[in-house]
Amino acid sequence: MEKYWKEVRVGDFIRLRCNEILPADVLLLSSSDPDGLCHIETATLDGETNLKQRQVVRSFIDLDCEFDPSKYNSVIECEKPNNDLNRFRGYIIHRSGRRDGLYKVNLLLRGCTIRNTEEAVGIVIYAGHETKAMLNNNGPRYKRSRLERQMNVDVFWCVIILLVMCLFSATGHGLWMFQYGDKRPVFDVLSPEGTGLSPVLSAIYLFLTMIIVFQVLIPISLFVSIEIVKICQVYFIHQDVDLYDEETDSHLQCRALNITEDLGQMQYIFSDKTGTLTDNKMVFRRCTVAGVEYSHDANAKRLAMYQEVDSEEEECTSHGGTLPRRESVGSHQSSKVVLRSHSTKSHRRTGSRAEAKRASILSKHTAFSSPMEKDITPDPQLMDKVNEGATQMEFMRFHSQPLSQLPSDLSDIIDFFIALTICNTVVVSSPNQPRQKVRMRFELKSPVKTIEDFIKRFTPSRLTSGSNSSSLSSLVTNRSSSNRGCSSILSSPSAESTLTKLNEERLQTGRGTSPGLLEHAFSPVPTTTVDGAKPWTLGEGELRYEAESPDEAALVYAARAYKCSLVGRLPDQVTMELPHLGKLSFELLHTIGFDSTRKRMSVVVRHPLTDQITVYTKGADSVVMDLIRPPTDDTKGKRQKKILYKTQHYLNLYAADGLRTLCIAKKVLSKEEYAGWLRRHLEAETAIHSREELLFESALRLETNLHLLGATGIEDRLQDGVPETIASLRKAGLQIWVLTGDKQETAINIAYACRLLEPEEELITLNAESQDACAMLLEESLRYIQAKFLCSSSAEQSATKTFQQQQQHFTPFRIPSPAATTSSSTAPFLVHRLGLVIDGRTLAYALDKSLEDKFLAVARSCRSVLCCRSTPLQKSMVVKLVRNKLKVMTLAIGDGANDVSMIQVADVGVGISGQEGMQAVMASDFALPRFRYLQKLLLVHGHWCYSRLANMILYFFYKNAMFVALIFWYQFYCGFSGSPMIDQWYLIFFNLMFSAFPQLITGTLDKDVSAETLQELPQLYMSGQNSEEYKPYMFWMNMIDAFYQSLICFFIPYFAYADSDVDLFTWGTPITTLALFTILLHLGIETKTWTWMNWASIAFSVILFFAVALGYNASCPTCYSPSNPYWTMQRLLGDPLFYLLCLVTPLAAVLPRYFYRACQGSLFPSPVQVGRQLDKLPPDTRRNLLSLNRMKVGSLSSLFGPRPSLFPFSGSFPRGCGLRSPQTISTSTSSSSSCNKKQERPGGTKNSKGQETRSSCQSSKQAGNHIPASGLRTESEGQPHRQGSPRPLPGLLDPTEESLCRPPYRAGACPEPSALQQSGFCQLGNWTTSTPLLPPSEYLPLTAPPSGDAQNFPPAASPACTLLPFEGGDTCHLSSDCMAEHGHVTTLL
Amino acid sequence: MMASSYNAKEEDGHHSGSVGPGGAGAVKSRKPDNTAFKQQRLPAWQPILTAGTVLPAFFVIGLIFIPIGIGLFVTSNNIKEFEIDYTGMDPDSPCNMCINSTTPCRCSIPFTLEQPFENNVFMYYGLSNFYQNHRRYVKSRDDSQLNGDKSSLLYPSKECEPYRTRNGLPVAPCGAIANSLFNDTLELIYYYPNKSSMSIPLVKTGIAWWTDTHVKFRNPGGNNNLTAAFKGTTKPENWQNPVYELDPTNPENNGFVNEDFIVWMRTAALPTFRKLYRIIQKKKDNLTPTLPPGNYTLEITYNYPVISFDGHKRMILSTISWMGGKNPFLGIAYITVGSVCFFLGVVLLIIHHKFGNRNNNADIPN
Repeated sequence: MEKYWKEVRVGDFIRLRCNEILPADVLLLSSSDPDGLCHIETATLDGETNLKQRQVVRSFIDLDCEFDPSKYNSVIECEKPNNDLNRFRGYIIHRSGRRDGLYKVNLLLRGCTIRNTEEAVGIVIYAGHETKAMLNNNGPRYKRSRLERQMNVDVFWCVIILLVMCLFSATGHGLWMFQYGDKRPVFDVLSPEGTGLSPVLSAIYLFLTMIIVFQVLIPISLFVSIEIVKICQVYFIHQDVDLYDEETDSHLQCRALNITEDLGQMQYIFSDKTGTLTDNKMVFRRCTVAGVEYSHDANAKRLAMYQEVDSEEEECTSHGGTLPRRESVGSHQSSKVVLRSHSTKSHRRTGSRAEAKRASILSKHTAFSSPMEKDITPDPQLMDKVNEGATQMEFMRFHSQPLSQLPSDLSDIIDFFIALTICNTVVVSSPNQPRQKVRMRFELKSPVKTIEDFIKRFTPSRLTSGSNSSSLSSLVTNRSSSNRGCSSILSSPSAESTLTKLNEERLQTGRGTSPGLLEHAFSPVPTTTVDGAKPWTLGEGELRYEAESPDEAALVYAARAYKCSLVGRLPDQVTMELPHLGKLSFELLHTIGFDSTRKRMSVVVRHPLTDQITVYTKGADSVVMDLIRPPTDDTKGKRQKKILYKTQHYLNLYAADGLRTLCIAKKVLSKEEYAGWLRRHLEAETAIHSREELLFESALRLETNLHLLGATGIEDRLQDGVPETIASLRKAGLQIWVLTGDKQETAINIAYACRLLEPEEELITLNAESQDACAMLLEESLRYIQAKFLCSSSAEQSATKTFQQQQQHFTPFRIPSPAATTSSSTAPFLVHRLGLVIDGRTLAYALDKSLEDKFLAVARSCRSVLCCRSTPLQKSMVVKLVRNKLKVMTLAIGDGANDVSMIQVADVGVGISGQEGMQAVMASDFALPRFRYLQKLLLVHGHWCYSRLANMILYFFYKNAMFVALIFWYQFYCGFSGSPMIDQWYLIFFNLMFSAFPQLITGTLDKDVSAETLQELPQLYMSGQNSEEYKPYMFWMNMIDAFYQSLICFFIPYFAYADSDVDLFTWGTPITTLALFTILLHLGIETKTWTWMNWASIAFSVILFFAVALGYNASCPTCYSPSNPYWTMQRLLGDPLFYLLCLVTPLAAVLPRYFYRACQGSLFPSPVQVGRQLDKLPPDTRRNLLSLNRMKVGSLSSLFGPRPSLFPFSGSFPRGCGLRSPQTISTSTSSSSSCNKKQERPGGTKNSKGQETRSSCQSSKQAGNHIPASGLRTESEGQPHRQGSPRPLPGLLDPTEESLCRPPYRAGACPEPSALQQSGFCQLGNWTTSTPLLPPSEYLPLTAPPSGDAQNFPPAASPACTLLPFEGGDTCHLSSDCMAEHGHVTTLL
Repeated sequence: MMASSYNAKEEDGHHSGSVGPGGAGAVKSRKPDNTAFKQQRLPAWQPILTAGTVLPAFFVIGLIFIPIGIGLFVTSNNIKEFEIDYTGMDPDSPCNMCINSTTPCRCSIPFTLEQPFENNVFMYYGLSNFYQNHRRYVKSRDDSQLNGDKSSLLYPSKECEPYRTRNGLPVAPCGAIANSLFNDTLELIYYYPNKSSMSIPLVKTGIAWWTDTHVKFRNPGGNNNLTAAFKGTTKPENWQNPVYELDPTNPENNGFVNEDFIVWMRTAALPTFRKLYRIIQKKKDNLTPTLPPGNYTLEITYNYPVISFDGHKRMILSTISWMGGKNPFLGIAYITVGSVCFFLGVVLLIIHHKFGNRNNNADIPN
């Protein structure tokens, strides 16, 4: 019976087949799998493409016969529908009264896909909207951009202005009427009925009239224009060739047309991990066995090649990209670059392209099986050892010697690979039917049948690969000949096994070629032929592995590269193949699965060769290393300790490289030990109550006293350019949170790998089991953070106080408002080098109403936040919380269906159009092919869109106000009668036609800074975050300017025509013309980029106006009452006065703005303006400047002050100080003269005199401290948190306030008459503190390299390194610790 | 399946190996075109507004505007203008008696011209506080009627209400503007030094726009027999004569094409305005000034009441230049703007000198 999904009801029985998608949450009652297992793929829920096992409900496993729904008569009790994907509790009560627990493993969730299971039957538990997947999806939300919200406020203000103007006019009219009293002047026309109106009544009528006359003030056309501009912007984003991904032939899609400008205002990014930051490809990188590190250089080369090819392709496609972009991808690559020849390049590329294509095809069938993950080049050294070990074992087995005689390092290696191969839950599937389990039993006794099978299956591929096998074999001679040699010597007794051997060897050769050739192909010497590309085929007919987690698969593939391949897995048996030893079947006694508390998994097997009961454990290094017990026996113990020590060393190295580390250990159990353990384990297994706890304890009992075998380093392949993108986005002031459904360790590893977390960062990990525990944890971390920053904030407070006392003398023009200072001091949590890691369960508690504030407080004070194991709903709740509580702009990026709700909740949702279906893309506003495109999307397009639209909106308000104000002024001269001097058609067309096009062109094409500069200086993005292009005051400034300009445009013609015989519309037409010219000039001032289109549009506007006016004025002598402008324009064009007016009025009108802009450009340019100046420089100079910006700190860092207005003020500080002592003057002047860009720049390189004085002073204070010029900068190190302070809540803290809360340091330092360096500090304060918006790390790279190093100090040291409060009259003393550090810092220079 | 994919792969490799990377272009991809426009790389002029860059503009504006302003100012000052207020508000004024008179009343005001008026002299009447631009007043007219449209003549537009019909007959011309036609008569009498007097010839035509008299305003049925043409209409309430008897001296100047009427119908922009009344044409010999200095008398037939809106009536005599009547404002404006620009230029120069250099140094290292 087939039904629609919507018809599925709770209690229905459902039969599911392989590759079907679950229609509801189903309790698994029966499975075709004999073990009562069912595999599901949860990609749509958590983005993970691996397989998860689900079990049939316990009481149904034992049913021998097929499940028959009609005989089902149990009652199921379970929780109410909830959105927790990882939890399910319930009971099934059989008629017998027996109660069985139901767990998460029994539940198949809606949206998952059945894999590897032919048939499964279940009963629907939750259906429809009550399914967990549905409860995790929120409905869509109408998104309106922040700019538009801001704009709407101003539209509202426009309405107010309109009403005020109307009211004013109405009152005026009433009074005007009133003054005539009963005398009725001839021009006061009576109503059609011949009756007069009372002043009050006519005032009321006039009010309504004026609303109609002035309605242009409400920029209706603005909304239309915005839509047009946005569509154009979307078009351009679509067309950007940099956002095009060649590999997938997809480019960015803007799915939402109305929020492009939001891209320029983002403050928080919430990113999914799997598939977004990473490719979801685990790659085996290196391993250490028995204390010896095998670096797998060839493998690394191979991997580097993958990236290199990518970057090469990029270089080819990108125009003008002459600079090598990805020089830093891999260290291995640099040496090769030189030797690379053209031919290899091209064929490599084709190889990779074809390979990529194939990979994409493949990945649709099998998870974790891209060639990058599968083809592992073995380390030759390790390979030899494996062979040696296997050979010896074979020899021993043949001679029936005890295997314990094997040298311990070799046995460790063999054990290591056995553990890699069998200690997992990997399922083997045959290549022909990807998702089908291989269900053959490799019985040791009768292998022939199997092998025939193999031969049959492998023949076609063998044939095709035969063409190049000759060259292959020659390449792999070394290895295969030795193999052959072995096998011929150790010929096996039976014919069967010989056959096995032969086939195996063929297989091995075939398989071996791939890495072999590969290695060859990418060796520096370009001798390879085109055939070199071949080995990347999937032709070998290898088995596919389907694993629960990608790293398991990676390990199995790694082991296979060493010819230790997993051949089959059954519930009670694992079959693997070892070189020379052939297939070995391990009796699988127990599999103790992974859990996040133990962080390890174990298998208990009976070793077929030694017949020992062996436990293989694989787990996180942190836990496994603690369980290692070196034997007490002397020599062995020593060796083990050494190995332990060495392994730990390598583990640290791996971790530093961002690799996921796993430790492999084993333990041999004696029969008695095992029996003892087994007894209690079985008890635990059969327990009904607290079975999980008992099993857990049982596992703990087993995993003790382990023997360390080795460790592996697996790389979770990041997508290209992820670390760079994250770094760049960070520099742009974006806070990046990673919300992942992945487990904690993985997430942390990835966070390290993509530089989200830095090794020197302190991690706060929140894992709580209950609400209270969570509250406690949050409290604790809050306290911890507070303690950490207590001294600094108290310093700030008192310094502020000092400053307030002193600032009257020095800075009368800048008085910090109390609000500003308090906000700075009450903003308690300052960003520091802290990372927060929180898991899903804790997150659920933390997101509770009572705790969310605390959670936010903690999260805000951390530089990076990582939420692991979070459900889709939690993701969206986090986003919602941050968005609503912090009032910031949030962007969510993800690729899977699990990210949908987060994407919908965020202000901007970005979907990665990756492998995992289209749900995320469908829900997103923008769909990117790759994460790295986010950089250009935000930094360039976001910035442009925002600044374009912001400027256009402001311009629109200005334009309408200016035009309407003309009519308003006229009311004073027409008795407030509501008479416009501008012809009605001009009134209509002015917005619609005459002035519409130039602003559209500017709004679409204007580029304030070039794309290159925007990407090279991500800091420019902050102008958007702080809404610097469009602040509320700007609206009013524009309004004032509009009123000024309209006054000019009105009164110059007024006086020019005063007391003349000009008639109404002959006078109004020049005013219209002047207004048009003025607003065009105004637009010209605001236009930053003049392309031919701008010129054309302006010319078009002017021509259009005159053409329309001339045509209109000649068209009809009697129409268009009342204006009837017949021949007006024609006459005006013959009037010299008209031209004279057209010349002087617009210029006079825009003069103030022009002057202001010029002054601003010179005196206090905004960062964006400086960026534009950089653009203008010749490319070479520019590049130098940008690359040298570390040296030229001042010029650049000072650009990024919070507010332009800061600069003139700060400029005055050194001088103010200088007045105190003549020497100081010299310092400040010399430094300021040598400061190249702003006076705030501290000398940099040239300021020798200033340096000397300062450094001598420094050294006098602190002997032995050599502080060159940059030493002064170290003050900034003392207060990185302070600089970062606004970061966590940029939306809340106005930059002005930031700038205000900064001065303490300057002013505090200034008045000291004694110390010379005070002025230096003063200055320093000026420029260092003028970069408050940069989080320390972002800021530092821009400043000086030493400061970057300074950040590497252990965080614990930094609280000590704070400035003590400046006391009046005291010198600026740093705590000695601090000074010592500064000394250290500077010596690093 | 595997074999085929293998072959495909091999082929692929050969293909691109032989054709090279260029071959990929043949494959249709969704890659955006790399054009200047689509990649937003159009060549552009990017002015940066700093003190240094805008300096020249300010000085150039200053240097251009100041001379223009001076020129305009001088031109305006060369225009001779004489103005006389004949409202009669002052009790001593000869026209004081006429203020409250309801019947036509004549008064004469003597005046003296100190300077000769050369060329054509324009005689204006000026009104103050007269809101000809009042919204309801402006639209109280029927342009089709004025254009000679027969049906509009008999059925004037609704806009003319309440001056549309009178005593059941349509008003021609209808509307408040026409109704309030200025109807004072002004005459100039020159007293020769020998006390003999001469009435100065005032030309009534050529005072309105050519397009108005010839296109916009037309009499119904041409200029023949206006009386018949306007039959069935009545004169506006305030008028003494019907529209076809506005100018008894010149039959061509009657009806809707009467130039005094046309001038009036062009509603003034501002409440204080002047309207061209007559032209005193220059002497043919061109040797004697049009209006020699000396004593004159302005003879007024005082009809038009302005007391109700505190208005003033003036008579203005003016010569004109290429830029129109006397108005020093534009010259002053040019001089002011020019000076301000020049001053700001100096300020910018200082700014540039003090702060601008550093900018440039910073941008271009060393």
